[in-house]
Amino acid sequence: MALLEVKGLHASYGPTRVLHGMNFAIDEGSITAVLGANGAGKTTTLRALCGMVKTEGEVRFGGARIDGRLTEDIVRLGIAHVPDGRGTFVNLTTEENLRLGAYTHKDPAAVESDLERVFGYFPRLKERLRQQAGTLSGGEQQMLAVSRAMMLRPRLLLLDEPSFGLAPLLVRELFEIMRTVNQRERVSILLVEQNAAMALDLADHAYLIETGRVVLSGPADEIKRDDAVRRSYLGY
Amino acid sequence: MTRRASIGVAVLLVIACLLLPFVVSNYRTFQFTLVLVYAIALLGLNILTGYNGQISLGHGAFYAIGAYTAAVLMDRLGAPYWATVPAAGAVCLVAGFLFGLPALRLEGLYLALATFALGVSMPQLLKYHHLEKWTGGVQGIVIAKPEPPAFLHEAGLRMNSDQWLYFFALTVAAVMFVLGWNLLRGRVGRALIAIRDQHIAAEAMGINSALYKSLAFGVSAMYTGVAGALGAIAVQYVAPDSFTIFLSLVFLVGIVVGGLASISGALYGALFIQFVPNVADEISKAAPWAIFGLFLIGFVYLMPTGVAGAVRMLLVRFTRKGAK
Amino acid sequence: MDAFIHQVLSGLATGGIYASLALALVMIYQVTHLVNFAQGEMAMFSTYAAWSLINAGMGYWPAFLLTVLFAFALGVVIERVVIRPVEDAPVLAIVVIFIALLVILNSATGWIYSYTIKTFPSPFPKEPLFGNTYVSSHELGAIGVTLVVLVLLYVFFRFTPLGLAMRAVAQNPESSRLVGIRVGWMLALGWGLAAAVGAVAGMMIAPIVYLDPNMMGGILLYAFAAALLGGIESPFGAVLGGFVVGVLENVLGAYVIGNDLKLSVALGLIIGVLLVRPSGFFGRVHVTRV
Ligand SMILES: Nc1ncnc2c1ncn2[C@@H]1O[C@H](COP(=O)(O)OP(=O)(O)OP(=O)(O)O)[C@@H](O)[C@H]1O
Ligand SMILES: [Mg+2]
Repeated sequence: MALLEVKGLHASYGPTRVLHGMNFAIDEGSITAVLGANGAGKTTTLRALCGMVKTEGEVRFGGARIDGRLTEDIVRLGIAHVPDGRGTFVNLTTEENLRLGAYTHKDPAAVESDLERVFGYFPRLKERLRQQAGTLSGGEQQMLAVSRAMMLRPRLLLLDEPSFGLAPLLVRELFEIMRTVNQRERVSILLVEQNAAMALDLADHAYLIETGRVVLSGPADEIKRDDAVRRSYLGY
Repeated sequence: MTRRASIGVAVLLVIACLLLPFVVSNYRTFQFTLVLVYAIALLGLNILTGYNGQISLGHGAFYAIGAYTAAVLMDRLGAPYWATVPAAGAVCLVAGFLFGLPALRLEGLYLALATFALGVSMPQLLKYHHLEKWTGGVQGIVIAKPEPPAFLHEAGLRMNSDQWLYFFALTVAAVMFVLGWNLLRGRVGRALIAIRDQHIAAEAMGINSALYKSLAFGVSAMYTGVAGALGAIAVQYVAPDSFTIFLSLVFLVGIVVGGLASISGALYGALFIQFVPNVADEISKAAPWAIFGLFLIGFVYLMPTGVAGAVRMLLVRFTRKGAK
Repeated sequence: MDAFIHQVLSGLATGGIYASLALALVMIYQVTHLVNFAQGEMAMFSTYAAWSLINAGMGYWPAFLLTVLFAFALGVVIERVVIRPVEDAPVLAIVVIFIALLVILNSATGWIYSYTIKTFPSPFPKEPLFGNTYVSSHELGAIGVTLVVLVLLYVFFRFTPLGLAMRAVAQNPESSRLVGIRVGWMLALGWGLAAAVGAVAGMMIAPIVYLDPNMMGGILLYAFAAALLGGIESPFGAVLGGFVVGVLENVLGAYVIGNDLKLSVALGLIIGVLLVRPSGFFGRVHVTRV
C-alpha cells in the first residue's frame, strides 16, 4: 500500500486556484521526485500536503485521511517538511533550532542520540551549536533545515529544493546523505528539485507537473528517457 | 425607494427635528441637544478613524480642548457664547493638525497607543496648577446659560433657553454635516479611503498621503472641538474629570455602533451613546459600560458596518421588493 | 540628598511594578504583534479576586498563589474565546475588541465590588526592613517579588522546552507548526502568563495606590512607556524600561514638573520614543543574513 495517496487535490491562495486536481502516490520507503517549471505548483503541492494552504480533495497518509487537519497535527503523524526558504528560526541558536525539531519527542535520551545522529551526517553543525542560526551561511542553514526535519524522526520527508544555493560539491554530498537516510532509516522522501538530472538519479519514481496538474509520471529511469523531459528539464 | 419617496422622508425628518423641542419636555430637549453635540464629535472621529483609518483612542482630548476654549473665552474674556464655537473649532484644527504631524509616522497600533496616552493624561493636564487661573483647576468653570436672542422675542417667537440651545446646536450640526457631506462625498473622501485601504497604491496615484492624513487629523479635531464647545455651553460647566479616557472611549463606541466611514452613522451612534446609558443606568451604575462593551464586541463580530450599514441593507432590500 | 535617594528607591519599587506589566505587554506583543489595552484591567480584576479571597479569611500567600492561577486561566479563556475569532481581522477591529474587554472588566468590577476605594494588605511588615530610613518594607518587598518573577520567567523561557517553543512561535509561527508546535495553544499560554504576571503587578501596586476599578489607568500608561522605551519586542528592554520610567516619574515629579503632572511624563515618553526611536532604546538588533 502507498504511504501517501493523493486524489483530486485542489489548492488555492485566496481566490486564485493553483492546483487543479492532482493525483499521485508515494510508496513506503521510496524516493519520489517532483519536477516542474517555476510557478508550476511544486511548493504549493508540498504546502497542501501539510495543510498550509486551503485545499479540496483527498490526502491519505498511512491509509488515514489527513486533508483539512491542522499542520501541527499532520506533522505529528510523522511528516517532516523542509520548506521553501528553509524556515530557520533566525534568532535562536543552532542547537535550539535542532531541539525544536524534536519538540514532539519527550524522551531526552532519544533526543540526545538523534542529535548525535544528525551530527554524523552534518558534522559542521556541531561546531556551530551556540551560534545564532540567522548568522549561519546559506549552505549551513540548508543543512540545519534538513537536520531539523530529521530530528522529528519522520516517516515521510518533504524537501523543497534542498540544493538551493549550495555549491555543487555540497549538493552531491547532500544527495548522498538523503540516499543514506532513505536506505538506512527507511524514511520515504518526496523531493522537489530544480536540478532534474540529479533528482532523477536519486529517485525511484518521478512526477512532472505543469500549471497545477500532473502531466507525466513513472519510474525515474523512464522519465529520464522521455524526450520532452530531456529537452525541457535536462537540457540535452 | 423612489426619489420622490426619499425626498418625502427627508422633509418629514426635518419637520420632526424642528417640532421636537415643542412636543417633548425641557429635559428631553436638552438630551437631544446633546445628541446633536455627540453627532458632530462622532462625525469628526469618523473622518479620522472611519474614513482615513487612523485610530484615535483619545478624541476626548480634543473635545476637552474645545470645551475649555469656549469656557475660558466666555468666563474670563466675556466672549459671547456663539462666537466661542468657531473659535474652539479653529483652536482644535491647529491642535489636531499639530498632533497629526508626528502621528503621520505612527502605524495603526502605535497611533492608537499614542492617542490613548493623550486621552488618559488629559484630565491631569487640565488640572495643571500653573494654568489654574484660566482653567479653574480641579473645580473647573461654570458658565451662564445662553438666553434666546432678543430678535426672536420681537418677532413673536417665544421659546425658553433649552429650546433655543437645541436650535442653536441644530444649526451648527446642520452646517457641520453639510460641510462634512461635501468633503467626504467627493475627491477628498475617496482619497482618504484610498489611503486607508491601499496606502501604497494611493501614493502611486499621486495622492499626497502625508498632507491628507494630517489634514484629516486637523479637520477631525476641529469637528470634535466644535462639539466640545457646544457641549460646554449646553451643560454650562467644564471640569477636568468630565474628560477622562472614558469620554474618548464613548466616542469609539459611537462610531463602531453607528457605522464606520458613514455620515449618517454619526447620528445613529450619537443616539445610542446618549440614550442607551440612560436606560441602563437604572440597572446599575456600571451597567452602561458593560453594555457598551458587549455592543462593541457584538458589532465587531456580527455587524462591522454598524447601524448605518444595517439601515442601508434594509433600504436596499425594501426598494428591491418595492420594484417587483 | 536623603530625599533624593528616597525618591529614587521608591521609583525603583513602582518601576518594578511597571516592569512586570510592561513585560506582560511584551509577551503578548511578541506572539501576536498586538498591544493589549486591557492588560491593566485584567490585572485590576485579578487583584480584586485576591481581595475577595483575603477577605474571606484566606492567608495572604495562599490567596496570592490562587490569584496568579486564576489570572492565568482568565488570560487563557479570554484569548480562546474573545481574541481568537478576530485574530486575522484589521487592526481597528482588534483594538476595538481590546477596548471592549477593558470597559467590560472595569464595569464588571464596579458592578460586583462597587466603586468605593478599598485598602489592600501588604504581606510585608509595617516597620522598614533592615532599619533603613529610605524605603518602606512594602516597596522593598515589591522589588524583591518583581525580581523573583523575572528570574522565574527567564528560567522558563530560557531552559524549558515549552519556553523554547513559545519563543519559536513568537519568531516564526509557520516553522513552529512544521515542528509540531500547537501554535494556537502557545498564544493562549502567552496570554495566560501575561495575565499572571500582570496579576502580581496588581497585587504589589494595590497597597500603594489602593484598590479601585480605575486604579490601573495611569499604571498601564507607565507600562506602555516602559515597554516602548525598552523596545516593544524585547523583554529585557521592557524590564529595564520599567525601572527607568519608575525613577524618572518620581524624580521628575518631585523636582521638575510637580506631582500633579506626573502622567504627562508617560505621555511625553510614549510619543517621544515612538517618534525618535520606534524600536526602543534597548531593543536587540536582529542579525539576519539574507
Ligand atoms: N501566497 C501566494 N499568493 C498567491 N499566489 C501564490 C502564492 N504563492 C504562490 N502563488 C502562485 O501559485 C503558483 C504556484 O506557485 P509555487 O510556489 O507552488 O510554484 P513552484 O512550482 O514551487 O515554483 P518555483 O520553482 O519557482 O519554486 C504561482 O503561479 C504563484 O504565483
Ligand atoms: Mg517553489
